[in-house]
Amino acid sequence: MSCCAPGAEMALDLGSSASTLPSSQEIRLASRSLGDNLRQTDLSVPTVHCAACIQTIETALGKLGNVEGSRVNLSTKRVAIRWRGDEVPPFVAALGRLGYEAHLFEADADRRDRTLAELIRAVAVAGFAAGNIMLLSVSVWSGAEGATRDLFHWVSALIAIPALAFAGGIFFRSAWNALRHGRMNMDVPIAVGVSLAYAMSLYETINHGEHAYFDASVSLLFFLLVGRTLDHVMRERARTAVKGLSQLASRGAMVVRGDGARDYLPVGEIEPGMRLLIAAGERIPVDGKIIQGASDLDCSLASGESTPKNVGPGEAVQAGVLNITGPLTIEATAAARDSFLAEMVRLMEAAEGGRAHYRRIADRVSALYAPVVHLTAFLTFLGWVAATGDWHRAMTIAIAVLIITCPCALGLAVPIVQVVAARRLFENGIMVRDGSAMERLATIDTAVFDKTGTLTLGQPRLVNAPSVNPDMLALAADLATHSRHPFSKAIAGFATLGGRFKFEAVTEHPGFGIEATAAGSTWRLGRRGWAGWKARTGGEGKHGYGGTVLTKNGMIVASFIFDDVLRADATPAIDRLHDAGVSVEMLSGDTAAACADVAKVLGVEDFVPCLLPSGKVERIETLAKDGHRVLMVGDGLNDTPALSAAHVSIAPATAADIGRNAADFVFLRESLMAVPLALDVSRQAGRLIRQNIVIAIVYNAVAVPIAILGHVTPLIAAIAMSASSLLVIGNALRLRSSQPFSTAKDVRRNRVSNFNNLVRSS
Amino acid sequence: MTTLTYLIPVALFLGALGLGGFLWALKSGQYEDLDGAAERILIDLEDKSGD
Repeated sequence: MSCCAPGAEMALDLGSSASTLPSSQEIRLASRSLGDNLRQTDLSVPTVHCAACIQTIETALGKLGNVEGSRVNLSTKRVAIRWRGDEVPPFVAALGRLGYEAHLFEADADRRDRTLAELIRAVAVAGFAAGNIMLLSVSVWSGAEGATRDLFHWVSALIAIPALAFAGGIFFRSAWNALRHGRMNMDVPIAVGVSLAYAMSLYETINHGEHAYFDASVSLLFFLLVGRTLDHVMRERARTAVKGLSQLASRGAMVVRGDGARDYLPVGEIEPGMRLLIAAGERIPVDGKIIQGASDLDCSLASGESTPKNVGPGEAVQAGVLNITGPLTIEATAAARDSFLAEMVRLMEAAEGGRAHYRRIADRVSALYAPVVHLTAFLTFLGWVAATGDWHRAMTIAIAVLIITCPCALGLAVPIVQVVAARRLFENGIMVRDGSAMERLATIDTAVFDKTGTLTLGQPRLVNAPSVNPDMLALAADLATHSRHPFSKAIAGFATLGGRFKFEAVTEHPGFGIEATAAGSTWRLGRRGWAGWKARTGGEGKHGYGGTVLTKNGMIVASFIFDDVLRADATPAIDRLHDAGVSVEMLSGDTAAACADVAKVLGVEDFVPCLLPSGKVERIETLAKDGHRVLMVGDGLNDTPALSAAHVSIAPATAADIGRNAADFVFLRESLMAVPLALDVSRQAGRLIRQNIVIAIVYNAVAVPIAILGHVTPLIAAIAMSASSLLVIGNALRLRSSQPFSTAKDVRRNRVSNFNNLVRSS
Repeated sequence: MTTLTYLIPVALFLGALGLGGFLWALKSGQYEDLDGAAERILIDLEDKSGD
């Protein structure tokens, strides 16, 4: 077993998910070939924690046959396993026995992060150049003259070349891209400023001039690259964490051929007419029709219905629903590309809402900023030419203006705040896709929630436990541990430790319930009509969930009522959104009665039940047309188009895969407080960004007149630029210390420490 | 002045050495798992010492 408290530190404390282990065929499909019959599989193991975990996992996997080697990466919580042969070694099961839950990773997810490597190399080169040039510059400022000064300038010019070519390339390319498409971004003034500063300094050096700005141009690149790298690291971390979650869609399915042969095919190769075997616990890969078998289907992720559905032969099934209790044989009626899932993707692409037109704050500012700066420099040049007639002097001063206004502080003002904000959200288990998501979230005035799986957990809970005879409840709970039907799981939560009752011949009848014998009596737990076959009050109960009973020899001895559980902190989260001036609405595919109950408990005034996926999109588009900025929070496949139609979107970690990929934020913890927290941090970040931009503008308002009057020397430029950068960084760091959610945080801290104590005492 | 002719190249060479070392470490994957590297020193290797 693991030595440590899983999840106590990292954010991935999800609890066990409902999905089953990936089958060996699925693992094979997701692995990639390293050549020479060697294959590599990447698994995400969210609970690895310490050296002991690493050793346990690597030793255990090494002992499996055919495993060539394995390596745990603690930073990304992944394990890479190299194996050979046709048979897939049972590593997921082996990890499961050790107490580590493992998820299969995307096959292409292992591609090395090239952008990050390039950025870090660029930072290293720029840092080396900036440091050395600064040393030489300090000697020049301290009074080096004549030939010595020329030598220093020449050496600086040489060092600056690789820095400009390599580190500056990132900015030049981005600026060129923007200009070519007729846009303006922050990189345009940076590229212009840096290259002009270098050109002028080179000219000065050749003519034995006094002032060279090599240090300014290179340290500018260095500062900006640091900001950009931090930004990238933060985003990458969030992306990896989201990718490491268990995949909810199936990668393939077992196909039964006409001659009885079985093949595991990737989802993309399944054609209509093929017969597929769906084991209990698997998701249906494509739309189809049931040929054989009976089972219960969990549609909560696909349609938003919270009650599991009984199905039998002849019924149609949708791609994406979870088969819970019995094995099914289905005939595919559509290929994957025509299935429900693909339909959702199409709707999603069609519904690309306001975000496509959203322009980042930094881009909007620089669109104003760059022309003003370049115009100022140009006018300065003209003014000095007119006043003195000295072309060289006019040029020098104009370039000094460009350098001093080069948006060093402005370029850092936005990313630094967003990095700090993203870090804070990360610590609270919220992943942010990018900075623009935070900017968009800060502007919302309407929040739209999905019901099943978002406001509720999409799992039933036993509500009448106190009124059930305790002995019968304990018996039912022991019986229920044999099934994975959601109702059984809810009852099994009341099982006593170890189990008091001995059952024989436990059988599960898919679609009906469980049957077992104990001490000569037959016990059944399941649907009223089936379990209580002798009862006079046969038939289904009048409640939606009221049909489940425990019977002894056909006589009802206990009945159970279920209800969907609200997500933790749903009520305070909604209250907090109301306090923040956001109006809340609920859209659901579930029945009106189920929605009304939840809406009443949560105090949500507006809700629309029985919506199709396109209905949700329409509702959001209507809101957007009325001038609202809409936040969509949802988890199901049916929410995915709405997630991408909304101005900004949030999904829980339990959401369907494409939903998770479409959402701007993903929260990993169960508590819905993540939504107001994200909103709060985003609004704070927005405020700090505006402050930082004001600081940068004030700095320019002071520095530019000095530069225009020709008083700026390289020394003054270096000091002014560094000072303004430090100021905006310092301002951004204030976001770390402010704690608007102290109460929620304390609760969590207590919970974690209780948990730690528990672990220590056991 | 004459001292500078060799002191500056020496300084730059040493700096470049550091830069080269960093780039090599980056390329050989030593920054891929910083948390893991910190923990791995606690693992006792029993039989396979050359690993």
